[in-house]
Amino acid sequence: MRAIEEERPLVWPVKAEGLSVRAGRRLAVDGIDLDLGPGVHGVLGPNGAGKTTLLRALATVQPPAAGTLELIGQAVHDGGDLRAVRRGLGYLPQAFGYYKRFTVREFVEYLAWLKELPAHDIPAAAQRAIDQVGLTARADDKLRTLSGGMVRRAGLAQALIGDPALLILDEPTAGVDPGQRQELRTLLRGLGRTACVVIATHVVEDVAAACTDLIVLSEGKVAFRGTPDELAARAGDGGDELTSTFERGYVEVLR
Amino acid sequence: MSCISDDLLARYATGDDLPEETLWVLEAHLETCPECRARMAVAIEADPELPALVESIRLEIAPRLGPGRGRLWQARHRLRRTLARWAVPAILPWLAMTVAVPLAATLLEAAGPDDMPPLLLLIAPLVPMLGVAVSWNRWTDPAHALVAVAPRSGLPLVLRRTLVALLVTLPPVALAGLAVGASPARWLLPGLAFTTVVLAVGALAGVTRAAIGVTVLWSLGVILPTLSDLTDPVLLDAAATPGWLAVIVCAAAALTRFRYRFQLEGTSR
Repeated sequence: MRAIEEERPLVWPVKAEGLSVRAGRRLAVDGIDLDLGPGVHGVLGPNGAGKTTLLRALATVQPPAAGTLELIGQAVHDGGDLRAVRRGLGYLPQAFGYYKRFTVREFVEYLAWLKELPAHDIPAAAQRAIDQVGLTARADDKLRTLSGGMVRRAGLAQALIGDPALLILDEPTAGVDPGQRQELRTLLRGLGRTACVVIATHVVEDVAAACTDLIVLSEGKVAFRGTPDELAARAGDGGDELTSTFERGYVEVLR
Repeated sequence: MSCISDDLLARYATGDDLPEETLWVLEAHLETCPECRARMAVAIEADPELPALVESIRLEIAPRLGPGRGRLWQARHRLRRTLARWAVPAILPWLAMTVAVPLAATLLEAAGPDDMPPLLLLIAPLVPMLGVAVSWNRWTDPAHALVAVAPRSGLPLVLRRTLVALLVTLPPVALAGLAVGASPARWLLPGLAFTTVVLAVGALAGVTRAAIGVTVLWSLGVILPTLSDLTDPVLLDAAATPGWLAVIVCAAAALTRFRYRFQLEGTSR
């Protein structure tokens, strides 16, 4: 028991109690408890389960409707230092706009400036983030000339700026080609060693390959919390060759 | 552990093959001893292989830096970077359009009959406010979803963009006003008052909504009556100055009170 306690971080990157969040008038996240430490945490669930709303709350975009939410040791929207939270936060929304005339480098450097990185650190930090997502060769190309998958990677690069302690990624590999997806999964696993990475995705391979921990949401509540192996273990008998045990486990917990 | 000997430090600095346990103890000591770290920095600088190492790194990263990285590229990059920090790259056409409206009014007024109503004087107070609304608006800032969660997002960023909007809109309107006899002394204070009100109300209801509200109220309460009666608008007389100053002070106080709302996405835009 003592050993387990010692492994826990002093400050949970994410600590939520009875967290409820609205999406419009609907309560999309309904009273959930979460303690997330370093690692890659996958958020799964059917459409409308509350994944994106939960991630928006964790990214400080959407204020909680009820309950408490602490990010990196600071209360959110309740007298906490929102600016301090955001300094340690990287966020890739499900859909984001960008300045089409910007090059990848200008875009990432601009977001680095918005993240209050010291001016002399910005060029190197931007270059490192661009390298991490594999856009080195396109760094000085305008965003409007890139494919959707490359723009997604540019979005991921801005999220990585400043080595955030908490990384919130909504569908990070959407539109990215299979080869790059593989590299991004490796990148996510590496980031998860020191940071708390929360990803929402529909891509089963991403979850199985990158996540150390899974949260399955159903109608705004946590239907399952455990490792990918534990989810796979929930799979019942049957199914066909095209359906993995992981997918069958997922379907099982949603029943 | 006592401090590291010069010989051992030099061997470590030059990458000599040291036993694993020696390396472990040595690195643990370096983490806690600033004096040995300083000595090691000197030892590294004295390494005759260092210039060659630096050159090899430079050669390796040079291709990644790409062509065209001369002074011109750097100057252009710096300029674009500075501009982006002060104004959303997409707002310049919108700001130009905001300025074009009063300029069109000026031309109309200059070409019209002598009893033409003072169109520019009536429109000018709205121009800086509309410039601000354009600069803090989710339709003109495509990256608003990313900007919203940045630590720099909030009132300081809004004020930065407000300053740019004022710098872009005020001089042309002032010059146009002087051409048709609409002195800035009459419209500048109301213009600044509207700008402050829009920011204060915008913190709660959204800057765009606030700007629309002020425009509608000003149009119904001042522009239309003035156009129909062909009288001078009382609110733009010198006698109204204390009133406008009071509006600015009250709006600035409200803005200070609700400044945190600009940190939240969706409420202030």
